[in-house]
Amino acid sequence: MFDSFLALLKRDLLLALRRRSDIFTVLFFFIIVVSIFPLGISFEKAVLQKIAPGVVWVAALLASTLALERIFANDYADGTLEQMLLTPQPLSVLVFAKTLAHWLLTGLPLVLIAPLAGLQYHLSASTIGTLMLVLLIGTPILSMIGAIGAALTLGLRGGGILVSLLVLPLYIPVLVYGSGAIEAAMQGDVSLQPYYLLLLAFLLLALVFTPLATAASLRISVE
Amino acid sequence: MTLSVNQLQCSRGDICLFEGLTFELTAGQLIWLEGKNGSGKTTLLRSLCGLFLPDAGTIKWKGELTRSTEDTFYKDLFYLGHQNALKLDLNPVENLQVLSRLAGESVSEEQADEALSRFGLSGYEETPVRKLSQGQQRRVALSRLLLSKASLLILDEPFVALDAAAVELLQSVIVTQVEQGGMAILTTHQALPIPEEKLIRVSLDRYV
Repeated sequence: MFDSFLALLKRDLLLALRRRSDIFTVLFFFIIVVSIFPLGISFEKAVLQKIAPGVVWVAALLASTLALERIFANDYADGTLEQMLLTPQPLSVLVFAKTLAHWLLTGLPLVLIAPLAGLQYHLSASTIGTLMLVLLIGTPILSMIGAIGAALTLGLRGGGILVSLLVLPLYIPVLVYGSGAIEAAMQGDVSLQPYYLLLLAFLLLALVFTPLATAASLRISVE
Repeated sequence: MTLSVNQLQCSRGDICLFEGLTFELTAGQLIWLEGKNGSGKTTLLRSLCGLFLPDAGTIKWKGELTRSTEDTFYKDLFYLGHQNALKLDLNPVENLQVLSRLAGESVSEEQADEALSRFGLSGYEETPVRKLSQGQQRRVALSRLLLSKASLLILDEPFVALDAAAVELLQSVIVTQVEQGGMAILTTHQALPIPEEKLIRVSLDRYV
């Protein structure tokens, strides 16, 4: 079971390395969305600092939905998904491997590029640290919730847009507490612990339930 | 080892494809599934695998419902549909290794090379599948047959896109598997060189 998990994870990472454009579209989308807000609103330091938490998080949400459709669509089209359904391995484990690969390829780069966004918005070093930390906790949740949506809309026409409509409302709690934590970090005198604990609670819930939900949705979509 | 299908009924939308389909397959036998286009051959194969939900009827493997004992059933099952289930950016050896791992078997590079060379693909081990022709891609997918330990083969039009030499080779691979106590269900328009007593012909046109 663990062997299949690793084999699938390795395969997805290898495939992404051979088609690098997929990773970079998400990353550049994030950078561009974050960069155009100052152009449209204002270059004033105070204004930028005020909108920074929301803008960075909304950009992260949109960037992560951009790549969701691809989690299962390619495997569905070439028949490998059917073979995954017909293995003696628990499907939720295989689904988790695919979701993890998806996060490593789309979520983790966002976390690593976040300091760049922070600098654009005049955030202090400690706030950038908080920003990276909440993104590190939050983006896996986005990938995992998104995987359910991707599985449900598999094989539907216009699935890409449908999946955004389906999962964006579910991202709201992560958005609220994620940007709340950054705002609190900017004020300086508020404890950040509640934000971290709540986000971690979401992460744990997602870790436990989303692979099962995604596996069930996949079976329905393939039938 | 028996696969028994009882009173199976499948439909697509409002159209009933077949109903009351009943047959039994035991070790050392092969089912040749016939029927005109649209008669539900692929649907039947997919519902045997559990990829399609039948309206009524039961499918039992070794006396147990396949739906309730999926893990044991899938250990014995090898399914190849119309799609080759290959990743175009990986080379044939990588493809075979990943698919075997998923099926819970581990295949060394040498074993994969050997299977590929039996299907006439030596020299293509390092070529991305994208650059192979349709027939060669089908050969890669079929070379999994040589690596799999499954006893029940379900093959949907396995001979499509193959040249005469490959058809002959595949026929002999299937026949050997069946003669060694395996079983197979396939749809094809090619005749199979297999003794009459081992061959069961099921025609879906009779169950409409």
